[in-house]
Amino acid sequence: MRGLRGRAWLALLAMVVLFAAGCGGRDDNENEGSPGVTDDEIKLGGSYPFSGPASAYKNIAAGAKAYFSFVNDSGGVDGRKIRFITLDDAYEPARAVQNARRLVEEEKVFALFNTLGTPNNLAIWDYLNEQKVPQLFVATGASDWGEDVDAHPYTIGWQPDYVTEAQTYADYLKREKPRAKVAALYQNDAFGEDLLGGFEEAIEGSGIEVVAKESYEVTDPTITSQIRQLASSGADTFLNITTPKFSALAIATIAKSDWRPLHILNNVGASKTLVLTPVGLDNAKGIVSTNYFKDPEDPQWKDDPALLEYRAAMEKYAPRANPNDTFHIFGWASAQTMVEALKGMEEPTREALMESVRSLSLEQPILLPGVEVGTGEGDGYPIEAMQMIEFNGDYWELKGDVVEAKR
Amino acid sequence: MSRERKLRLGGYGLLLLAAIAIPFLFGPYRVGQFTLVLAFAVAVLGLNLLVGYGGQISLGHGAFFALGAYTSAILIEKADFPHLATVPAAGAVCFAAGLLLGLPAVRIRGLYLALLTLGVAMAFPQLIKRFDSLTEGTQGLNVSRPETPSWVPLADDQFLYLLTLLLTVPMFVLATNMVRGRIGRALVAMRESELAAKAMGVDLARLKSGAFAISALYAGVGGALYVFSIGFVAPESFTLTISFAFLAAIVVGGLATIGGAVFGALFIEFVPVYASDVSEALAGVIYGAVLIAFMYGARGGVMGLMHRLGRRIAATPAGRKSVATPAAGAHHEAVGRS
Repeated sequence: MRGLRGRAWLALLAMVVLFAAGCGGRDDNENEGSPGVTDDEIKLGGSYPFSGPASAYKNIAAGAKAYFSFVNDSGGVDGRKIRFITLDDAYEPARAVQNARRLVEEEKVFALFNTLGTPNNLAIWDYLNEQKVPQLFVATGASDWGEDVDAHPYTIGWQPDYVTEAQTYADYLKREKPRAKVAALYQNDAFGEDLLGGFEEAIEGSGIEVVAKESYEVTDPTITSQIRQLASSGADTFLNITTPKFSALAIATIAKSDWRPLHILNNVGASKTLVLTPVGLDNAKGIVSTNYFKDPEDPQWKDDPALLEYRAAMEKYAPRANPNDTFHIFGWASAQTMVEALKGMEEPTREALMESVRSLSLEQPILLPGVEVGTGEGDGYPIEAMQMIEFNGDYWELKGDVVEAKR
Repeated sequence: MSRERKLRLGGYGLLLLAAIAIPFLFGPYRVGQFTLVLAFAVAVLGLNLLVGYGGQISLGHGAFFALGAYTSAILIEKADFPHLATVPAAGAVCFAAGLLLGLPAVRIRGLYLALLTLGVAMAFPQLIKRFDSLTEGTQGLNVSRPETPSWVPLADDQFLYLLTLLLTVPMFVLATNMVRGRIGRALVAMRESELAAKAMGVDLARLKSGAFAISALYAGVGGALYVFSIGFVAPESFTLTISFAFLAAIVVGGLATIGGAVFGALFIEFVPVYASDVSEALAGVIYGAVLIAFMYGARGGVMGLMHRLGRRIAATPAGRKSVATPAAGAHHEAVGRS
């Protein structure tokens, strides 16, 4: 019996070796030019949390898709139609890795565009840069994307990074409240640390002081005790570094207490539809934040051509979507940058695309006047300006001037 | 050799052959998915030893999986260990951690044990963040993948798959030997009745903490293999979802079966992906519906179904058709998890 089994194993091993020798590695038939581009099509890929706890962000994909459809129906990019293939990662890095492999190896996309989330993009950036596949305009404000362009030449961010945002708040306080005592609530992850760290750095040497800080985990059910701690610190300014669900919780908790600080809410949580409406608009009056694109509910843009175009297209291509949801505009506007980058290619290759991406100078009318999309050699931060906004009980009102990031 | 035994051996042989053929039949992305299936299978097998055979409950195996993954990742990236050397290290660290968790498990039972292990799974991602000098905290760690030696005429994904398979097979052989022998009998006895097991001379305390330790070792090895395949670890990779996925996997594959781990792993890797291909909005619903369908239609999991099929074939005299009596199937169902 033992001998028989031994022989069986040997036979199996022999078969494997023969098989491996016969098949060998896979042939790598590299076609001419880059994959994902034909004469009439450009394939792009993206990974989003369509399911799971972060699925609110899927509207970004819907906004981007609406813009691509709009461009396709008006002739595409140099006659090429854009096909945007999106996969679900449920906000899990492991699934983002597999999605990236699937998009590159199976779907053979030309480039990845706008994949969502800091951990998910960090999980795939080594792989994409090894494969020399562009990872463009990622939907995260982490400062990683522009910090070391040499190490990851195929990766670029899009929105103002969290450090830029933190500087904007610091500037605002220096002007309006130079002796502010700040209590900060922050999400205990890369996003929270980026923004809080940026803020602390920006207020160094000023009269502003962080007197208390409390963190929370994304899995926490409430943040009541953190808010109570912060309120008892005697701070007169509240820096609210949270994602939408917790932004809403923080606003509601403060409304019920007798703490009335100047409330600075980070851009991520400043969605009227997702955050302010559910907790009651009255409770949100006076909150300040930042923005860099036009708010569709601000009456001064009622007849703005960029927003009219956006609304009409959303009605046509995403009729069930709420155009006032800022995630839709975010997706729409970053898709605009993507299309402009494609138009700027001298030839349809990934290298030419990266060259175009690294030499952008765009005025996108959906962005606030004075906010531009600009890159250069080694510049991984396309948008580097923001403007303060204040909620007036009805919509976010623009305040002051556009603030450029200092690097 | 009984006919059933022949069938079973033949089945395992075929499974192994199929496993070896996979990297030559599919493209790199698919092969990558199957590599991950192997990593999951090892962890699921470990959980099945504990839950299926031993009748203990653990909602926290994602934590051991994460511990193994981080052990491997840190050794590779921070201490320049060769990839293969990190596998036993991950196993050993998790063995020790499992032993520690097994200590209270000796006294705690049922729901309380479930909550204890749930607590571990919930706390672990926070621990990763606390020790950020080692783990890089929320930034996560990018880990280089094992390099294909130049003399191997295989693509990277094919090599990685076969390497993972080479590490997976012994884990399965080991588990098979374990459950066939004294330990397996003691585990099942403990599951059926602790009192009776004790009366027969089973040292429950040792058995329980041992079962936790071995089971954690399997999860740790699975975690290390996962790192080879994914090449990235972050606290977000190891939320409660993964602990629950392992539980779903042992049930879908078949409680107290060895081969079930493979089917369970296939389930947790492929069903969510296909579910979101069918409809992104309904992904969770489809996953849940498939799980419920299993509970109603095949309580013994995939292995239960295969056993029934195998018995039918074995019971059929060669060359003659026969109708298997429904009673025979029902009987097997009742015996259930054997």
